[in-house]
Amino acid sequence: MSASISVSSYKKLEQKSKIKNILLRWFLYFVLILFASYFIFPLYVMVVTSLKTMEEIRQGTLLTWPSQLNFDSWAVAWGGRGYGAGDTFLRPYFWNSIKMVVPAVFFSTFIGAMTGYVLTKWRFKGDKWVFLFLLFGCFIPFQAILLPMARTLGVLGISNSILGLVVVHTVYGIPFTTLFFRNYYVSIPNELIKAARIDGAGFFKIFFKILLPISAPIIVVTVIWQFTQIWNDFLFGSTFSFGEAAPIQVALNNMVLSSTSVKEYNVDMASAIIAGIPTLIVYVLAGKYFIRGLTSGAVKG
Amino acid sequence: MFKWLEKNLPKVVLTPAVGLIGWFVYGFILWTLYISFTNSKILPKYELWGVGQYTKLWASRKWLIAVDNLLIFTSLFLIICIVIGIILAIFLDQKIRAEGVLRTIYLYPMALSFIVTGTAWKWILNPTLGIQKLFIDMGFENFTFDWLVNREMAIYTIVIAGVWQSAGFVMALFLAGLRSIEDEIVKAAKIDGANLFTVYWKILIPMMRPVFFTSFVVLVHISIKSYDLIVALTQGGPGISTTMPALYMTQTAFHKSQVALSAASAMMMFMAVAAVIIPYLYSELRREHVS
Repeated sequence: MSASISVSSYKKLEQKSKIKNILLRWFLYFVLILFASYFIFPLYVMVVTSLKTMEEIRQGTLLTWPSQLNFDSWAVAWGGRGYGAGDTFLRPYFWNSIKMVVPAVFFSTFIGAMTGYVLTKWRFKGDKWVFLFLLFGCFIPFQAILLPMARTLGVLGISNSILGLVVVHTVYGIPFTTLFFRNYYVSIPNELIKAARIDGAGFFKIFFKILLPISAPIIVVTVIWQFTQIWNDFLFGSTFSFGEAAPIQVALNNMVLSSTSVKEYNVDMASAIIAGIPTLIVYVLAGKYFIRGLTSGAVKG
Repeated sequence: MFKWLEKNLPKVVLTPAVGLIGWFVYGFILWTLYISFTNSKILPKYELWGVGQYTKLWASRKWLIAVDNLLIFTSLFLIICIVIGIILAIFLDQKIRAEGVLRTIYLYPMALSFIVTGTAWKWILNPTLGIQKLFIDMGFENFTFDWLVNREMAIYTIVIAGVWQSAGFVMALFLAGLRSIEDEIVKAAKIDGANLFTVYWKILIPMMRPVFFTSFVVLVHISIKSYDLIVALTQGGPGISTTMPALYMTQTAFHKSQVALSAASAMMMFMAVAAVIIPYLYSELRREHVS
């Protein structure tokens, strides 16, 4: 008798906690999806707005789906209208950014790899201090170097040029690339290097034949990090270049701010998507490496 | 000669990095510091002028507005990002279906530039055609949302866009932190009768102290440097109501040609960052030593 009561009450209890659990799960998903819509909302608005005509934009709301997909504003954002003064469009600046990003990423990554290699595998007295010395460069606010940099680029005759921006981005990327490679190479056993040295391998041979082939993951992390940082930079781009040498973020900002007679929000949004799409693609394709770079290099100057 | 080179090759390879950073970071900061003690206008003058620029800076209404805005922005940005980040991380940690997709959605704004973010939000917050119209068309006829053009409220639009960009990143930091904790601890606590809420509130969140610290440093750092977002969203306006130190610095140097005054403001920013970063570096290095 008493046993059956306890079993049924236990069942009741179980039932209760099951309902509670299901409610909790619903609540969890509700909150998670609510936030997901907050994060998706601007992207949705950008895409939808870029596909509408101005007429439709004025009549509908942010969320209205376009009556028909209209890619005109994309064409205008990328290639202009082909007439009129002040016909600015992104195509040349997109290539400026490519021409700036590729060498800057290459040089900063290479220097960082070599520096990280020396700091971990050819240790000497005071190497910790050298690392700290370089690491500090990750944290400075760039405003503290903006004025002398502007003058230096002027003296070197490369202000307002893509070359100038390549130099700037290479230099201020070094602390990060060094940090990435140093932390990666620290975990590679020194015995590997010792054995190679006994076999007669020299400084460069060890680097190119032994370390570099196993560095793929950290190279990916570093290249993605540098690519994203340099592609998205606005401070250096807007301070050290204007007019034709400007990178895409500067051009985007100029396009959006330029107040011609009628504001074309659809062209603005198409431009913003074009400026954002390269880094977005990298993020979607290599999210894991992107996040790894982010969590180890986040404190950027 | 050859022997010397062979022996010192590692140090030779180190020279480009050390030389470049020595010159372009340390040398340049010292130059900026020096210039801030001169009376340079358009071109740098090297005659010392004392601390006049700093007194001028702290007497400037625009600079005080900038500092005020920085305090408002930093505190809101920090609190909201951390609260959203923790909630999302804990919720995602409950064996959620489609976790990968949700994570990707929360974090993608970090891949965009602040200029793209600012451009998008500027359109969304547009006082005639943006959110306001959305609500009016939904039937809330008296709904007004004009923060972007409202002197008192414009600074909060920067908070909205900034949080949107960075909250997912804080989520990623906390999620990584939660995942690094042994399941055993949670299991043991549950066996002892603790419910899920207690497990998080009493055990896991207190264990996240290093993650709080990192988030704090990263977010404060981002907010002190805030520049692009303000340029894209408000250009410091309406009037000068959303000026922040970084914007003050470039405007003073390149539009007003007050190089020394600008250098003084840059040094103030530098010191603010140093005050946050030096304790952080110190603790990080100590942790590395211990482990």
